[in-house]
Amino acid sequence: MIGQVREMARRSILQTLRQPAMVIPPVVFPLLLVAINAAGLDAATKIPGFPADSYWDFAIAVPFIQGSLFAAINAGTAMARDVETGFLKRLAMTPMQRMALLIGQLIGVMLVAFASALIYLTVGFAAGMNFKSGVLGVPAIIALAVLIALAFAAIGAYIGLRSGSGEAVQGIFPLLFVFLFLSSVNLPRNLIEQDWFRTVATYNPVSYLVEGVRSLIITGWDGQALALGFGLAAAIAAGAVTLASRALRTRLIRT
Amino acid sequence: MRRFLDVTHAVAWRAIHNFTTNPAFFFPSIIFPLFFFTAFAGGLSNVGNVPGFDFPAGYTAFQFVFVLLQAAAFGGVFTGFGIASDFERGFARRLLLGAPNRLGILAGYAVAALVRAGIVAALLFAVALATGMRITGDGVDLFGLLVLALLVNVTATLFAAGVAFRARTIQAGPAMQMPVFIVLFLAPVFVPLKLVGGWVHAVAKVNPVTAILEGGRDLISGQSFPVGPAFGLSIALALIFSVWAVRGVRRAEAAG
Repeated sequence: MIGQVREMARRSILQTLRQPAMVIPPVVFPLLLVAINAAGLDAATKIPGFPADSYWDFAIAVPFIQGSLFAAINAGTAMARDVETGFLKRLAMTPMQRMALLIGQLIGVMLVAFASALIYLTVGFAAGMNFKSGVLGVPAIIALAVLIALAFAAIGAYIGLRSGSGEAVQGIFPLLFVFLFLSSVNLPRNLIEQDWFRTVATYNPVSYLVEGVRSLIITGWDGQALALGFGLAAAIAAGAVTLASRALRTRLIRT
Repeated sequence: MRRFLDVTHAVAWRAIHNFTTNPAFFFPSIIFPLFFFTAFAGGLSNVGNVPGFDFPAGYTAFQFVFVLLQAAAFGGVFTGFGIASDFERGFARRLLLGAPNRLGILAGYAVAALVRAGIVAALLFAVALATGMRITGDGVDLFGLLVLALLVNVTATLFAAGVAFRARTIQAGPAMQMPVFIVLFLAPVFVPLKLVGGWVHAVAKVNPVTAILEGGRDLISGQSFPVGPAFGLSIALALIFSVWAVRGVRRAEAAG
């Protein structure tokens, strides 16, 4: 089983690295957006009660989540391609364990997310990020980023396996972006003026994922934010992996 | 001239028909501007309380102008996607063979993009007014704002069409979309230029979109408005990109 997982993970990483379009946008696009927003919204730090002195510190958490959205698309597209090209049907004829494919694919995506998180942190520090949680905060933020990437990648894999269509997977990207923008991504929830928006952001799980990552940067060790961030990410990951494995079982039925 | 108008009419009718009858084309064009308006005007309204933010019509109107111009620009970009798709399906090549005046093809797509932008702008205005957006400008100002948005649409259409006629593949989508996206967001999107910090301030000062955006905001709030920078730049950009687009058509002709 371990050998099969390793092979599938290697295949997933190679597939990703061989296509620059799957590597460059998840890294460059979120950093570009955060650089623009940090300058454009720096004035927001003057709002009474704003939790950081610099908007850069506040906003650098966002690429970690945006990168995960790209992970969802990459995982989903890869799964859909395996369905479309008949790879899964050929795999069904082999003694390979079904879960090895899913786990291998997700491990591949998590490794890409790990590398992306290192790049985001490096850029963040290079641009003067004031990282409040200290040295131990670095592995913690990377762990949370990888867990969030796993959660979104599993959602993408589920959709890819269910639909068997790369186009359908691409179609969910705007929906994921809606979840991102209707969260506390641009302002803390207590500073969102519009009641309805604050309510939506409060019920939106993405808010807690962003706040978990952000807390390590601007607050330090905030137990509640971290528990919610890690807890929700783990819950979404568990649910989505279960759904994806069921969808894979259906796809791999030997006929 | 008659041939030009006939081709323009036929191509525009087809593109408008495709846009209005295919939900896959219609709904994203409507939903994305509304979503951006909601996310920016709703989620960031407290930014209007920042010291130095003195826009008389309020933050919703401030953001509305950006979203309107963004929707107009992306209407043009989506039209470029349509041209590229027509090439991939072979339709555009048959069109080039059959059309008695090939510049009419470009004009037809541009007319369709204008209609598309007009529909989206009308819906955006309706939603913004229904959600309580204050407009302190008068009817003439609003008409000016609409004309400004349509000029932005024409410019973006001509840019994207120039790319599409040269590349003739939908894989050139990012080359149409990303420059427009980046140029738009390197303007004072969230706060007035004087409050924009860092390197974006330096870029925004020389970005032509800044003058157009600020002109639009002056119009919606009824503030004194220097016509030259906003309208002059919009018309100049449209002229520059019309040369780019026409040369693109010639490239496509030469490619066969």
